[in-house]
Amino acid sequence: MIGFIPKIIFNGILTGGIYALVAMGFTLQYGVARVLNLAHGEFIMFAAFSTLSLYVLFGINPLLSLAIVALGFWIIGFLLHSSLFRRLLKSSPSPGAFESSSLLAAFGLLFVIQATAKIIWPGLPWRVTFLAYPIRILGVQVMANQVVALSFAICIALAFYFFLMRTRMGKAIRAAAEDRATAGFMGINTDRVLALCFGLGASLAGVAGVLYSTCYSVSTNMGMNYTLMAMIVVVLGGLGSVPGAFIGGLILGIISEILNWTQPLFAMPVFYVIFIILLLVRPTGIMGKR
Amino acid sequence: MNIATFASKRFLVPMVLVLIVVLLATAPLYTALGTIPLMTTILMYIILAVSWTMFSGPTGYISLASAAFFGCGIYASALLFERGAALLPLPAVIVMGGLAASCFALIVGLATLRLRGIYFTMFSFGLLELARRLFQYYEFYVTGVRGRYVGNVDGNTVYYIMLAILVATLLTVYFIRRSRLGLAMQGIGKNEEAAAHMGVNTTKVKVLTFALSAFFMGATGAIVATRWLYVDPTIAFNLNYSFLPLLMAIVGGVGQPYGPVIGGFAFAYLRHVLQSKTPYYFMLVFGAIMVLVILFLPGGLVSLIERGRHRLEGLMSKLWKGAEAEQHADT
Repeated sequence: MIGFIPKIIFNGILTGGIYALVAMGFTLQYGVARVLNLAHGEFIMFAAFSTLSLYVLFGINPLLSLAIVALGFWIIGFLLHSSLFRRLLKSSPSPGAFESSSLLAAFGLLFVIQATAKIIWPGLPWRVTFLAYPIRILGVQVMANQVVALSFAICIALAFYFFLMRTRMGKAIRAAAEDRATAGFMGINTDRVLALCFGLGASLAGVAGVLYSTCYSVSTNMGMNYTLMAMIVVVLGGLGSVPGAFIGGLILGIISEILNWTQPLFAMPVFYVIFIILLLVRPTGIMGKR
Repeated sequence: MNIATFASKRFLVPMVLVLIVVLLATAPLYTALGTIPLMTTILMYIILAVSWTMFSGPTGYISLASAAFFGCGIYASALLFERGAALLPLPAVIVMGGLAASCFALIVGLATLRLRGIYFTMFSFGLLELARRLFQYYEFYVTGVRGRYVGNVDGNTVYYIMLAILVATLLTVYFIRRSRLGLAMQGIGKNEEAAAHMGVNTTKVKVLTFALSAFFMGATGAIVATRWLYVDPTIAFNLNYSFLPLLMAIVGGVGQPYGPVIGGFAFAYLRHVLQSKTPYYFMLVFGAIMVLVILFLPGGLVSLIERGRHRLEGLMSKLWKGAEAEQHADT
């Protein structure tokens, strides 16, 4: 039993790394663009399937797909926001009305993306073997693809954090999240920043999907679980807080691996209880300021 | 005196409604074989859409938990109306299904309806998953059964019960709309803080209507289970029963009581037509319609109809006046 502990922790950090990417995208889309993207999980699923198709049909290495998907999804997200959500934002009488209508529009997207995936990739869960051989790190035997996925997840998350904190664009994004109107007065093109953020959120979801597909089998129904997970993580870390999403993701990943090891059927109810307690006691999250 | 307004407001509408109900009630006598099961399904979706709108329409709190209440009703039926071992007669089972869903909504509502807007939506989204896992856990570890067989009920009986539930739901919506409760809900939807300052106990109003709308979902679940014959937690707690009613209500339009009825009817029928030919395409079509409606027709199909009606009424009154003027000119 003792021998399993490092393995559980490693698996937990891997799952947590993917959750962190997912939740960071989700929280960015809500925190800046004010869209509670119910279709977020579907982006992950779509990215995972795209990677597999690229790998099977054209033999493109998943690590190369990482770049392709990240860019492609960013463009899709950017276009989605500048066509669909910007229009809604302009026509909504109040921020609250925009939150509802954008939620409903995202809900429509969920149907469209999931149905498209089911039409393109029908049938059972898919699985592709990529770097599927065991290696030893610090005396723990792990799969090579998991190590690769984990290191990419952490590097991308950190790179993203530094982009937000250290670059001019990141500053503009944070300003727009803080107060959109004032940011506009300061000469920031908020329309572009919001679309950019929505695109980045989609891009992060895409990256998470690619990394996921290198380690686990994928199915067209997996998206919903990830949307739910993203919600729990961002409530844990504070809705709109990027570092909160990262830390929340890691915590939840480790908890989920421990629960999966001991009580697989009980994992979801436990998360949910955490979720409820957090919502009721501390809706701003563990990292929240207010 | 103006015959047009008299006819449309006082007399015509109730009469047409009664006529529709009578036509629906006598449907098993004259419709072709196989129509009644389809009509039962359509009625089910209409009930779900209407009862979703009962709470979410006026208050603006988007609930994604319909399937959880629907599933509660299904499981009430599975436990109390098991094949060969029915504990209660059918009508009692249906009421129990509704009550089970109501109690669940009451507990959940008390805990969460203090949350505003987006947090409530997130919470309700996960509720279904929670309910499903809890039932799975319970069935797996405590009772040790995978699924349950539900007693068989004659198709026409199911249809009549469904129709009765729909009529009850619509009557409830109608009576609530202009009552204190209905006005309080609309107040919450417009401006919750202002409503609270006017002396509306917002949490109480929200929890009450949430539980009331759950009752009809649960009752529908209880009767539907008798058609499905076999249920397990995955079948009973299906996300689609949260999503489709919402979609139907939004596309139909939540501003008028008949909006979700139109949306429910149109989509349930469309689903039947598309699904028999190509699975999954209906989802694609539904999603696309949803996005387009949100973008270009925020009031739903109802707003289109209302706009048409206003234009028609304007035209009618103009004609009426014109005719009167001509009469005056003659004399």
